[in-house]
Amino acid sequence: MSAADFIFWVFATITVLSAAVVVLARSLIYSAFALLFTFFGVAGLYVLLGADFLAATQMLVYIGGILVLLLFGVMLTHRIYDLDLRTEKTQLAPGLIVAVGLFVIFSSVAVKTQWPTVERAPAPTTEDIGRMFLGHYLLPFEAASVLLLVALIGAAMIVRRRKDA
Amino acid sequence: MIGLSHYLIVSAALLSLGVLGLLTRRNAVNVLMAVELILNSANINLVAFSRFGAGNLEGQVFAVFVIVVAAAEVAVALAIVLTMYRLRRTPNLDEADILKG
Repeated sequence: MSAADFIFWVFATITVLSAAVVVLARSLIYSAFALLFTFFGVAGLYVLLGADFLAATQMLVYIGGILVLLLFGVMLTHRIYDLDLRTEKTQLAPGLIVAVGLFVIFSSVAVKTQWPTVERAPAPTTEDIGRMFLGHYLLPFEAASVLLLVALIGAAMIVRRRKDA
Repeated sequence: MIGLSHYLIVSAALLSLGVLGLLTRRNAVNVLMAVELILNSANINLVAFSRFGAGNLEGQVFAVFVIVVAAAEVAVALAIVLTMYRLRRTPNLDEADILKG
C-alpha cells in the first residue's frame, strides 16, 4: 500500500465516521463539531484528487462560512438554559432502510461499472479555473454572483422584525 | 491502488448518511447539516469524475457553483428557521404546521 493510498483511507475514514456522528449524535453541538471534521475530510479528498483550488475553497467557504452560520443557527434556536441541546430522531427504522438501500445500489453501480479512466499527472488548477470562469463560464459566474446577492438580501428581509408586529 | 470507484463509494456513504439525517432528524438545523452532507457527496463525485474521467476541469468548475448554491441555500434556510423559531418557539420541523388548514 503506497502512502497516497494510506492517506486516502485516513481521509475517507474521517469523512464517513464524522458524517455518521453528524447524523446520529444525540446533542446538536456534537453534530455541528463533527460536521467540521467531515468538511475537513472532504477537503483532504479534494487534495488527493488534484483539486487544490477546490480544497482551499472548501476550507474557506464550508468551514469558515457555512459551519459558523450553522453554529449561529444552533445558538439562536435554543433557549440559553437548554444546556444539553438534545435532538430527537423519529422514524429511525424506515430511514435506515432507505439509506442502506441507497448505499447498496450506488456502491454496487460504482463497483460493477467499467469506468473509462484516464491517467494523468495532477497539475495546478487555479489558473485554468480562473480562465474558465472569466472566459467560457462568464455568464454562469455572473448569475452565481447575482444569486448570492439575492440570497443575502432575502435572508435579511426574512429575519427582520417588522415595525407593526 | 485507489481508483475512481473508491471515491464513488465514499460519496455514496456520505449521500446515504445525509438522506438518513434528512429523514430521521426533527431539528431543522440538523436537517440543514444533512443537506450539506448530500451536497458534499455530489461534489466528491464531480471532482472524482473530473480527475479520472474526461480529463478537463469542468467538473471542478461545476463543484464551485455547487458550493455557491450551498452557501446561498444555508443563508436563506437559516433565516426561515429563525423566523419559525420566533413564531413557534420550537426548532422542530414536525411542529411547524402553521400552514395546515
